[in-house]
Amino acid sequence: MTDLPHSPEQPVPARTSRLATFWRSDLVWSYRHSPVTIVASIVALALILMAVLAPWIAPYNPFNPATLNLMDGMTPPNSASYSDRYFLLGTDNQGRDVLSTIMYGSRVSLFVGIMATLFAMVMGVGLGLVAGYAGGLADAVIMRVADVQLSFPAILIALLIFGVARGIIPPNHQEGAAVWVLILAIGLANWAQFARTVRGATMVERQKDYVAAARILGVNPILILLRHVLPNVLGPVLVIGTIGLALAIIEEATLSYLGVGVPPTQPSLGTLIRIGQQFLFSGEWWILLFPAVTLVLLALSVNLLGDWLRDALNPKLR
Amino acid sequence: MTEPVLSVKNLVVEFPFRDDVFRAVDDVSFEIMPGEVVGVVGESGAGKSMTGAAVIGLIERPGHIAGGEIRLKGERIDNLPEDARAKLRGKRIGMVFQDPLTSLNPLYTVGRQLVETIRAHLPLSEAEARRKAIDLLVEAGIPKAAERIDSYPHQFSGGMRQRVVIALAIAAEPELIIADEPTSALDVSVQAQIIKVLKKLCASHGAAIMLITHDMGVIAQTADRMIVMHHGKIVETGTVGDIIRRPREPYTIKLIDSIPTISRTGETIAPEAANDDRAFVEIRDLVRDFELGRSAFTRLLPGKVEIFRAVNEVSFSIAKGKTFGLVGESGSGKSTCAKMIVGLLRPTSGSIHVDGHDVWAGAHGLRERRRRVQMIFQDPYASLNPRWRVADIVAEPMKTLGIARNRTEVQDRVADLLTKVRLEPGAMKKFPHEFSGGQRQRIAIARALSSQPEFIVCDEPTSALDVSVQAQVLDLMSALQEEFGLTYLLISHNLAVVRQMSSAVGVLHNGVLVESGPVDAIFDNPQADYTKMLLDAVPDISKVA
Amino acid sequence: MLAFILRRLGQSVLVMLVVAFIAFMVFRYVGDPVVSMVGQDATTGDIEQLRTRLGLNDPFYVQFVRFVGNALQGQFGISYRLQQPVSQLILERLPATIELAFASALIALVFGVVLGIYTALKPRSFSSAVIMTISLVGVSLPTFLIGIGLIYLFAVELKVLPSFGRGQVVQLGWWRTGLLTESGWRSLILPAITLSLFQLTLIMRLVRAEMLEVMRTDYIRFARARGLSQRAINFGHALRNTLVPVITIAGLQLGSVIAFAIITETVFQWPGVGSLFVNSVQVVDVPVMAAYLVFVALVFVVINLIVDILYFIVDPRLRDGARTGR
Repeated sequence: MTDLPHSPEQPVPARTSRLATFWRSDLVWSYRHSPVTIVASIVALALILMAVLAPWIAPYNPFNPATLNLMDGMTPPNSASYSDRYFLLGTDNQGRDVLSTIMYGSRVSLFVGIMATLFAMVMGVGLGLVAGYAGGLADAVIMRVADVQLSFPAILIALLIFGVARGIIPPNHQEGAAVWVLILAIGLANWAQFARTVRGATMVERQKDYVAAARILGVNPILILLRHVLPNVLGPVLVIGTIGLALAIIEEATLSYLGVGVPPTQPSLGTLIRIGQQFLFSGEWWILLFPAVTLVLLALSVNLLGDWLRDALNPKLR
Repeated sequence: MTEPVLSVKNLVVEFPFRDDVFRAVDDVSFEIMPGEVVGVVGESGAGKSMTGAAVIGLIERPGHIAGGEIRLKGERIDNLPEDARAKLRGKRIGMVFQDPLTSLNPLYTVGRQLVETIRAHLPLSEAEARRKAIDLLVEAGIPKAAERIDSYPHQFSGGMRQRVVIALAIAAEPELIIADEPTSALDVSVQAQIIKVLKKLCASHGAAIMLITHDMGVIAQTADRMIVMHHGKIVETGTVGDIIRRPREPYTIKLIDSIPTISRTGETIAPEAANDDRAFVEIRDLVRDFELGRSAFTRLLPGKVEIFRAVNEVSFSIAKGKTFGLVGESGSGKSTCAKMIVGLLRPTSGSIHVDGHDVWAGAHGLRERRRRVQMIFQDPYASLNPRWRVADIVAEPMKTLGIARNRTEVQDRVADLLTKVRLEPGAMKKFPHEFSGGQRQRIAIARALSSQPEFIVCDEPTSALDVSVQAQVLDLMSALQEEFGLTYLLISHNLAVVRQMSSAVGVLHNGVLVESGPVDAIFDNPQADYTKMLLDAVPDISKVA
Repeated sequence: MLAFILRRLGQSVLVMLVVAFIAFMVFRYVGDPVVSMVGQDATTGDIEQLRTRLGLNDPFYVQFVRFVGNALQGQFGISYRLQQPVSQLILERLPATIELAFASALIALVFGVVLGIYTALKPRSFSSAVIMTISLVGVSLPTFLIGIGLIYLFAVELKVLPSFGRGQVVQLGWWRTGLLTESGWRSLILPAITLSLFQLTLIMRLVRAEMLEVMRTDYIRFARARGLSQRAINFGHALRNTLVPVITIAGLQLGSVIAFAIITETVFQWPGVGSLFVNSVQVVDVPVMAAYLVFVALVFVVINLIVDILYFIVDPRLRDGARTGR
């Protein structure tokens, strides 16, 4: 072995080669070879785009009373209405375009779902890291709380938090706060899953010698957690986050369906289904069916992505 | 001429992966005669375990036999349908796996697992099978077998469990036993007994043994003939004595050359007469206790505490620039010692001085320790953060301790360190998973050197590596010691490595330092019974039968 | 064994106390109980008098102890909404919820375990792939949509099963059962299936994952090397080891069936405790909310205790651990 003269100009790998590496990586490989995942990601992307762009691409604004015509109510899909306007998916009893309400409704559902999942994620990851790394009493307390909470269905916890918040917030603020209360309730109901997983992964990682090497040097424990441990536990967090998003969307829909979710002025998919169910027995099936299908497609595609992610990140379980 | 028990011809085992195919076993042919012990030796990835799995028909999917044939007593078995092959397993071919702790079903008693195996193959009643099971356990050297037969696996020690596993493998009187690393998970002292039991049982039941192992020492003491494998191919076949004394193939020569031995073969390191008297590292009466069975909640309550003393009044010292080897089996407390010295675990009592500074004495000791002491770990896969680039890994100590702050300086130093451990500076930009085990261990050494330490604790630095790689890493460590005047504490269960590297040695047993002194004195003339037993038990190629 | 159970019992009591504390906080500080009890035209004097009479001016801990004491006797006050004792309300509706929960727990457990084993033993078969895909759809279908779908299919279109209620019930002492009449059974079918589907998928996926994990272990490999029959390995060795972790989670899942019944009961207008709870949350009927919380916690704690004991019976390692004090 000769002493290599050190050259400061190491050839930077070309962009294309890095892209090629990425393309050949396990994750991308398993994506390319899973048609179900490709379809799921396209569906999810389309639904998300539809929701985000609703104000610009929706055919009608269903919440602007000026554009509503009660006489257009109950128009079946793909047929002319009383006022001779066209509604692809029909209208509901108030003459609102079902397609547009779905677009705006997905917006609310997605917003609540994503915010609640982020909230649960930040809280769960933080507490999980602390519990797993510090151990001892902090761990015992956090995990016992998480265990107890995990044994109750999230929907029950969310309902309770919702009920409590309703009791505390003055009535005239309730409508404005409803979405945030919902986010808080669903987030608080779902943090434990993250905490438990992160705690487990952290306990594995903290035993590893690279953490010991940092401890020997006297690296600040918070830095060890953030720079060493966190990047190594993010894989499972991503999986749970994705599956958690699907769950949160379902939970929001359920709460809204139960009538304790978002206010009717801001209907989410769950609210739309609740409204639609009233007309199921009288034959106006489209008011219920289309929001329901959208909800299922959304939850299913996100779930499929989460499932794929879990398998791709953990090949052993295939 | 008698017919061979097992005859393998041109065996090929393939694993299809995505676009290409990996050949784990490539055109392998060999024979095993009745009652013979044949060792199959090779480094990781040599295909030796896969050959064993192919013979017994337990290759994990998607692997499959892609060519060749396997004959058992002349009868071809590799093309039999799965249920016919299943009937051969246990009945005509038995198998012993590496880890006795996981080989037995934890939920059933040992007796039940034995009886079930016996009755699956032999037409015996429950009571007869049970009697036979007890006999087998007696033969395998389980004391009070008649009572212990109703115990669960977790109630046995590792060595005892491996005896049970061997009894299970031999239960239906197979003609061939495949033992895949049967002693690698066990301590040296137990290892020797298990090999004896395996040989004795197979001899008395007339079974041939295919002994698969990475440890040439085990084969030297056990086998009649050996097969050396490398990259899925057979490199060399012959009697054990021939291959160890007169290897012909370059690979075998290199392999045998790189195996350290407990007997002094090369030049003797000059005796330590000329050293400075002042000990650079001074360990005095080191003690560490652990509380048993206390959860976080019960800890809050008062009550009697069961205490386990992992390290018991250990004292030794190391001269500057020398290596002290600390030897012990699992549970001897050697890793606990290491943790206390590097500051990961607070000693219950006793002191550790490095260059005159008490490393556990307040902020000052802490600072001195971080500057002077570093550590190299056993598992190079776990000791490097997989999400960090090599440059960041190596730079962390110097940045944390403020040795180098500006970017170009850090970069220059990292490149320099990588060169020192014989890696290309281009390695900086890569992630650990792009390197082999040996290369990773060198990165770990570069990281340890990054803080410019004077004293490095090496906890089993080569136990996770193949022998040939081990030799390279040990060479590197010696060279660096010379260059930087480093002091090493070398912790290892491998007596040969310790003998090769150290000038002084201490033997740890159940937390007590039973013996310590100059390495030659201890190895050539051990005083403590435990040391004698250990040296006697260790499989070594110099002990070739 | 006894020490182990006693320790678990102690922990359970602790959990119950914590839950009771939360329930108490909800009960005491969410909304003002007095305002909800008196009419709009009550004077401040009246209110103050009522506060004292109800003990709301007592120190905090006295109120908590009184709350726990009352709770132990099953008294949680009067429902704001229905003006009836909460305990009576819950007891009246309890049989409906329990019958529904047991029926669906049974469905979930039987089908979940069987399908889980099947998909684990034949991981590459076409039918396993179909089952797994359906199960993923099942997880993505909100319970209430399953309920609505079943109602539409069997009640609206086919008109073979009732769409709501319990059908005819029979009074057995204080227990009002729907299991003794044909219409009761027919009414139970749809809600029970609806409620069971989610748990069924979870249990199935859990059993499958655990079993696949077990099939990869060394002792299964060794069992194959010993030449045991496929049957003995799958059902003698793998299944028993799979059941150890499954018991815990399945137990807890079944416990949550009772709480999960909230949604199903609402969809099918099933007169159980869950629909009572939802209606209470909608109008912030605090005593009912607090009582329901304690009730669900009690169910959870009892099931947890049973699971622990089962665990103990199944796994010999635990038995030993407890004997030596671990």
